Amino acid sequence: MKRVLEGSHAVAEAVRLAKVQVISAYPITPQTHIVEILSQYCTNGTMKAKFLRVESEHSCMAALIGAQSVGVRTFTATSGQGLALMHELLHWAAGARLPIVMAEVNRALAPGWNIWVDQTDSLAQRDTGWIQMYCEDGQEVLDSTIQAFLLAETVNLPVMIVLDAFYLSHTYEPVDVPEPEEVDRFLPPFAPKFQLDTAQPCAFGSLVGPGDYMDMRYQIALAMDDALIRFGDVEDAFAALFNRRYGPVEAIDCADAEIIFITSGTVTSTCRLALQELRAQGEKAGILKIKLFRPFPVDRIRKELQAAKKIAVIDRNFSFGASGIFAQELRAALCNTPRHPVVFGYVAGIGGRDVTPELLKEIYWLTKNSEVPQKESIWMGIQEVKYAD
Amino acid sequence: MPTDVLDRELVHSGHVGCPGCGATIAMRFVLKALGEKTIMVLPACCWSVIAGPYPQSALKIPVLHAAFETGGATATGVRAALDMKGDTETTVLTWAGDGGTFDIGFQSLSGAVERDENFIYVCYDNEAYMNTGVQRSSSTPYGAWTTTTTGKDWKKLRKKNIVEALVAHRIPYAATASIAFPEDLLRKAQKAKNMKGSRFLHIYASCPTGWRIPSEMSIKIARMAVQTNIFPLYEVEEGLRYTINYRPKEYLVREYFRLQGRFKHLTEKDLDQIQQMVNEDWELLLRKAGEHV
Repeated sequence: MKRVLEGSHAVAEAVRLAKVQVISAYPITPQTHIVEILSQYCTNGTMKAKFLRVESEHSCMAALIGAQSVGVRTFTATSGQGLALMHELLHWAAGARLPIVMAEVNRALAPGWNIWVDQTDSLAQRDTGWIQMYCEDGQEVLDSTIQAFLLAETVNLPVMIVLDAFYLSHTYEPVDVPEPEEVDRFLPPFAPKFQLDTAQPCAFGSLVGPGDYMDMRYQIALAMDDALIRFGDVEDAFAALFNRRYGPVEAIDCADAEIIFITSGTVTSTCRLALQELRAQGEKAGILKIKLFRPFPVDRIRKELQAAKKIAVIDRNFSFGASGIFAQELRAALCNTPRHPVVFGYVAGIGGRDVTPELLKEIYWLTKNSEVPQKESIWMGIQEVKYAD
Repeated sequence: MPTDVLDRELVHSGHVGCPGCGATIAMRFVLKALGEKTIMVLPACCWSVIAGPYPQSALKIPVLHAAFETGGATATGVRAALDMKGDTETTVLTWAGDGGTFDIGFQSLSGAVERDENFIYVCYDNEAYMNTGVQRSSSTPYGAWTTTTTGKDWKKLRKKNIVEALVAHRIPYAATASIAFPEDLLRKAQKAKNMKGSRFLHIYASCPTGWRIPSEMSIKIARMAVQTNIFPLYEVEEGLRYTINYRPKEYLVREYFRLQGRFKHLTEKDLDQIQQMVNEDWELLLRKAGEHV
């Protein structure tokens, strides 16, 4: 049934439909709308789940690690500082092979206090072993969250569903919300591969020497590789029932494009508009939207970009001392291919700044009119400041 | 001895505790009282190692090793999941050292107790970070040497009173216990098992390695801590009703301190001052128990 939903509520509806059994949360703007609804669902019986009102994000993830280890389906949501506080336990959840699902609303990190969108919080967690999916709109958020449980439970790795603060979390859009019976056909009840059980006592997470430890880490690496294949299987199964599919990347007008934008999150929607205008002017432009960031779909990216001359990577994030993080990932994915496009990196929309079609077109012309990049990343819309000594 | 205690062992002899380790003795008694239908959450502490390396385990109950500061929170999740599966019978036990309880895990413990999570939290207290090599914690007592309070910088701050901090939460049950008083320890663990809500046991567990004592002195030193009033045995119900379980015979603090290498730098004057502090604390406890005249 089509409903007009906030992005946050699209997450909540997906969690309801996934029949999550334990939810744990600590409030942080702009994540709150997700967990407020879920708290009400647990109270009024809409969901048969336990809602844990913990005293920090660190304890939130610890509680989910405990619950998931007993063999129930779990969920939380957070943002920015909250995700940063969870960092240690993000490693723990993946290392313990627990299929926890989390919605992460991208928020800029302090100081100064900023509640608006910026991807640095989630991208800084790229090495924790979590699968990461960046969503563009409310429908994709709902669908991806439902899919996340099946993917997580198939490969025994946690999944982070990432959505932009306010532009997505607080924006109302029509969203097709499936019926519970339909989702049940797609997502069976959680069948844990291991669990704490007094009838079969085992120790989880014991001291482990260098030999076994490295083998265990290799198993995680293999599971991540497998997740790329399983992502496709999950999308096939979902498409068969709901007729919607997103892909690990989406190539828009890439076939004959000479310059391709690389986007993620809601910037993609804005870029679709800029692309229409550029195409109307006869420009051979395209967009490659990156949805799946971990595992990084390197082969697909190489294939989609093989004919392009240049790519313009839009980063709403930054790694100080290096460059925009998507730009780094793109360079790394392309460098070993025999011929590949020149990588131009642009930083835009940091801390909630608007990324307009005009800005994206400016990026296009900058890219078209330059032979080679002047810098690893060009910060867009910065006024040059001369500092006193 | 209580007769309904398991005669089977749930701690196997293959553990890797040091000779004379009080924490190992404490585990043996507590598991005898709680039995096999127990799931343990084990944040970083000596027992993370004592339990043995993968793929072995010295404990015959399920163990979830957990991050250092998450004892209360991880147990919260384990309990919630068991409840969702309809298992209200299994006891959830967090087993943590003093560092994981008094210091880094205090927020998580306080949060869990404020929510009155239905679990037992045991802190085995060896009064320093022993697993990492005897660094001071907020449980390290006044006067002690540790590897981070050396020479003239021996610890000149009081030990945090963790039981009183939990009593301030109106926790349903909080009690102190000692490896040198096994009947009292077993009774308290069994009492805790038969209650609901958050329950806290603070077990004094001597550490020959860190306290610089011979391993055969482990029990004697733990007994003297009680007999000198340094570690009184008492229990508090609903954060209000105090019961003092043991009446010491006028032992002097001095005798307890003189047996331990960690206190050997203290002068007679220091020991007099410590005696005064111990007397003050005991008077305070008596007043709380309504026994002060």
